[in-house]
Amino acid sequence: MLNEEKSSHVAGNNLLFDFTVDESTNSVLITREFDAELSLVWDAFTKQEMLDQWWAPKPLVSKTKVMNFEAGGRRFYAIVWPEGQEYWGVEKYTLINPKTSIKYLASFTDKNENINAELPTSEWELNFSEQNGITKVSISVYFESLEELQKMIEMGFKEGFTMTINELENLLSTLNK
Amino acid sequence: MRRDIFQAIADPTRRAIIALIALQALTPNAIANNFNTTRQAVSKHLRILTECELVKQEQKGREIYYSLEIDKMKEIDKWLEQYRKIWETRFTQLDNLLSTMKRNKKC
Repeated sequence: MLNEEKSSHVAGNNLLFDFTVDESTNSVLITREFDAELSLVWDAFTKQEMLDQWWAPKPLVSKTKVMNFEAGGRRFYAIVWPEGQEYWGVEKYTLINPKTSIKYLASFTDKNENINAELPTSEWELNFSEQNGITKVSISVYFESLEELQKMIEMGFKEGFTMTINELENLLSTLNK
Repeated sequence: MRRDIFQAIADPTRRAIIALIALQALTPNAIANNFNTTRQAVSKHLRILTECELVKQEQKGREIYYSLEIDKMKEIDKWLEQYRKIWETRFTQLDNLLSTMKRNKKC
């Protein structure tokens, strides 16, 4: 249990959601099923106008500035906060097998795309497969060390906090009705 | 030097020590008997784990027993839970987008 913090449950509609942290390989492994055919899910992960609609947890917004979806290409994008602050990052594609797998290196940058060496760079691998109209996406995120993973989680913690506030607002507005 | 819990669990021997004392409180000798390493090396790992407050010591007679600080371990879970929640939200948003796309396709 210590080597693998595993949490697996079924999302709505009997779709699998699996989230595992493997401390022995400094990695996070995420598997999720979607009730849609592979080509649709592939588009949602690889076309900037679609990616921007779901990548940032609300109320944050994903804004892709440059995206060349090809090996050697990149996606340069910002996560925009409701107050207007922008956090920039770049994903450099190292391998693309259409409708099968994607590999890229993710780094945090400034708004001029200069990589911030103090924040973690991580290696991502995404695998796609379809069975009976259900598409499974497996995502592995590898960090250089557990400290890097922790930094990533710390950044996520900020996002998570915003989300909690947002959920609270939703709840309050429901109660007010 | 600041010690943090992720640093503590980064080492395989320390993870094994944690797993061992999660079952019962043990003396440093009893812990060292489980490893092909020196008593000194185990003591060093125990010191780091103690500094991170992942383990606590208790004096019983002439022996010191080490046991796990369960609450501190739960802190790690809390961090991970936050990260998991972000993914959960992301994927719910993607579910919604996919169902919209499917509907538009049919029209």
